[in-house]
Amino acid sequence: MCKAVIASRLKALTCLLLLVALPAAAFEIEAERLFHGRAPVAEVRLLSTTDSDIAAPLIEAFLSTRPDLSVRYVMASSREVFAAIADEGAPFDLVMSSAMDLQMKLANDGFARPHASDVAAALPDWARWRDLLFGFALEPVVVIVSLKGIEGLPIPQTRRDLIALLRENPAHFSGRVATYDPHLSGAGYLFFTEDARQTDAFWRLAEVMGRLEARLYCCSVDMIEDLAAGNILIAYNVVGSYAASHARRIPDTGIVELQDFTQALLRTGLIPVTAPRPDLGAALLDFTLSPEGQALARGPTGFPPLDSGAIRLSAHIRPIRLDPGLLVGLDRMTRAIFLREWDAALNQPLAGR
Amino acid sequence: MARPEAHSLRRRLLLQLLLGAAVMALGLYLAVRATAERATEAAQDAILIAAAENISDGLRGTEVGVEIDLNRATFSMVAAAGQDRLFWRVEVGRETLTGYDDLPLPGMVPDGTGPVVYEASYRGADLRLAAVGRSVMDRDSLQPALIVLGQTRFGQRAIADRLANGAALAGLAFFALAVPLSLIFTSSVLAPVRRLAEAVSRRGPADLRSMDHPTPRELAPFQEALNSFIARLRMTLSQTETFIAEAAHHIRTPLSTVRAEAEIALRRAEGEESRARLRSVIRAVDESARSAGQLLDHAMVAYRSNRMTQARIDLSAMLGDLARSFGPTADLRDISLTMIVPGPDAAEVIGDRVLVESALRNLIDNALKYTDAEGTVHVSLRHDGGLVVIEVCDTGRGLAGAETSMLTARFQRGPNAGTVVGSGLGLTIVAEVARAMGGAFDLSPAEGGGTCARLSLPAG
Repeated sequence: MCKAVIASRLKALTCLLLLVALPAAAFEIEAERLFHGRAPVAEVRLLSTTDSDIAAPLIEAFLSTRPDLSVRYVMASSREVFAAIADEGAPFDLVMSSAMDLQMKLANDGFARPHASDVAAALPDWARWRDLLFGFALEPVVVIVSLKGIEGLPIPQTRRDLIALLRENPAHFSGRVATYDPHLSGAGYLFFTEDARQTDAFWRLAEVMGRLEARLYCCSVDMIEDLAAGNILIAYNVVGSYAASHARRIPDTGIVELQDFTQALLRTGLIPVTAPRPDLGAALLDFTLSPEGQALARGPTGFPPLDSGAIRLSAHIRPIRLDPGLLVGLDRMTRAIFLREWDAALNQPLAGR
Repeated sequence: MARPEAHSLRRRLLLQLLLGAAVMALGLYLAVRATAERATEAAQDAILIAAAENISDGLRGTEVGVEIDLNRATFSMVAAAGQDRLFWRVEVGRETLTGYDDLPLPGMVPDGTGPVVYEASYRGADLRLAAVGRSVMDRDSLQPALIVLGQTRFGQRAIADRLANGAALAGLAFFALAVPLSLIFTSSVLAPVRRLAEAVSRRGPADLRSMDHPTPRELAPFQEALNSFIARLRMTLSQTETFIAEAAHHIRTPLSTVRAEAEIALRRAEGEESRARLRSVIRAVDESARSAGQLLDHAMVAYRSNRMTQARIDLSAMLGDLARSFGPTADLRDISLTMIVPGPDAAEVIGDRVLVESALRNLIDNALKYTDAEGTVHVSLRHDGGLVVIEVCDTGRGLAGAETSMLTARFQRGPNAGTVVGSGLGLTIVAEVARAMGGAFDLSPAEGGGTCARLSLPAG
């Protein structure tokens, strides 16, 4: 685990009301927080991969419309979220996760409960799968650059530009390029497999990054912090909402949506079959999908908007397809083959030096 | 007698047409549904098999063992067809290489020449699965491999439902269209029946001509049967009338002989008692002769009313002739027979002279008969609209409340007929002539006692 993650998590923990009363759970909980309505008589149990700080405005807005409820917000990593539902049948009313593939596997394997509502039906086709899985936020996957660090060099607008920039300035970028480690990060693995599926440039980029001894990270946040610290100059495939919130703090950071295509990750919600109160999970899900919830998603929560208009306006944005094709990435053998190829591409002989 | 429940041909025909339409609509729905299910299943199976074979192409033997690289596009393609859940399993030798290792395997292992498609229940869902067999080199030995790809069939069912629902709508529309069409067809098919019935009912009571109405072939037997019935009826009627006329004639002739003999006997008779007896005989003979005459008249009216000759008749002249012939009879009983008629040619009708004369004679005869001595019988003739009205009023005993319809029935006499001789046929003859000529006849009490008989005939 990365040091930076632990630091930020400790910081988060200090401002959380940490509850130890949770029944013994085998999956690993990172944080737990209880949001109270004005006069709660029932509790919504929410399992999420998002920091509760980021989700707080949305939850509080929901509770202002439903003062009879409180929300138990449990945060865990996407793998633990999947294991909690698929392996342990943990009792949660709503599961929100950024891991599209794992959410799809939950829905495909029969762990999701059908949900029908007007706001759910209004979602664009690419933002939901059947009546089981619903996208509530769309996040572009971006490149961030240190503007000071690449002063005098062109800011890359496509993958081809990026490859050229790195190839032409090996000394400048050696050891100062960052991306996900697909062995550690499910999100990183998903982004790379989608890249590989959509462009041949990906493997060339992997080879170039291998030659430059790219630094591999578990998490977007760590890449951003190392970029801010000046340790790296450029980071490839960073989740947009983190990049945007950090760029606000660090004026030197440039965020690039590559114009050949920029993938977009859907954060998705589902109501598990194990939900003790599926009606409450549905209420929270519908609020998140409602115009009010979506406005909050655009504002304080830092999530980008989720609507077809935004996609039409920016032709380079390609939402990752929410369909059972995602399951292929989770297939253990297909994954092993991909990672082997990735390793082979990254471990380049030092011919260029 | 209660008539048995009448059933309507029209309703039955309509019901059967509608039933037929409903059966066809239902049949259409079921047929399209079955076809749609088969077609979508075949299409989906083809996609599933193609996908399973595509997956099997990713199977390869390496130095470290058998590998399979799944292709995301293949999975997306299968799933995109209907947003279905997907499951897969790859077996090499007897071991699951990857996928869902509890996914049901086919009962029959595919031999590598063709795929096996089967159904199974898995994780609470009904799956359609395709299994493809391959051989693969696992290090140093050739191993059989089995690639199984399964999917739920929500999408397929949705398509089949959509198609079948479309067909059901078409069937319903067909049914809805069939209702008014059936009504129209039924009316049109039954129209000749209605027309024939109207033609029959338009006929007068004595119109016994055979039907010669244009009818469809299917109704011809009915019309033939009707015509044959009419012919038999006509023959029977004619035989009856002939018989009556013959009978009357045969009675009248010997009666006149009897009367003549009785008169001779009366003249020669000496005792008052014998003379009274003979007068009584003569009166009885007169009654019989008169009855026979009326029977003959009636038979003649009935016969001629079917075969009327059409002649222009001057009623004034005819009534004048009749008054003269009835004059002696009236004088004998001191009855004053008066007549007010317009001049010659002022009141004419077109019809059968014999019939009209018979009617008028019976009218006057009837009035004289029921009028006591020193009474009055007044005959008048006038125009009333398109009708010529002949009115015969007497100062007799009146109707005693009897209705015209009762008095004009055959052999019916009024309740106060008393000792007056009569057959009950006189007014029947008048009424039948009125009917045959399209006129009317009625009786009403006269002012100051007595009866007025009115015969109205269309003016010529």
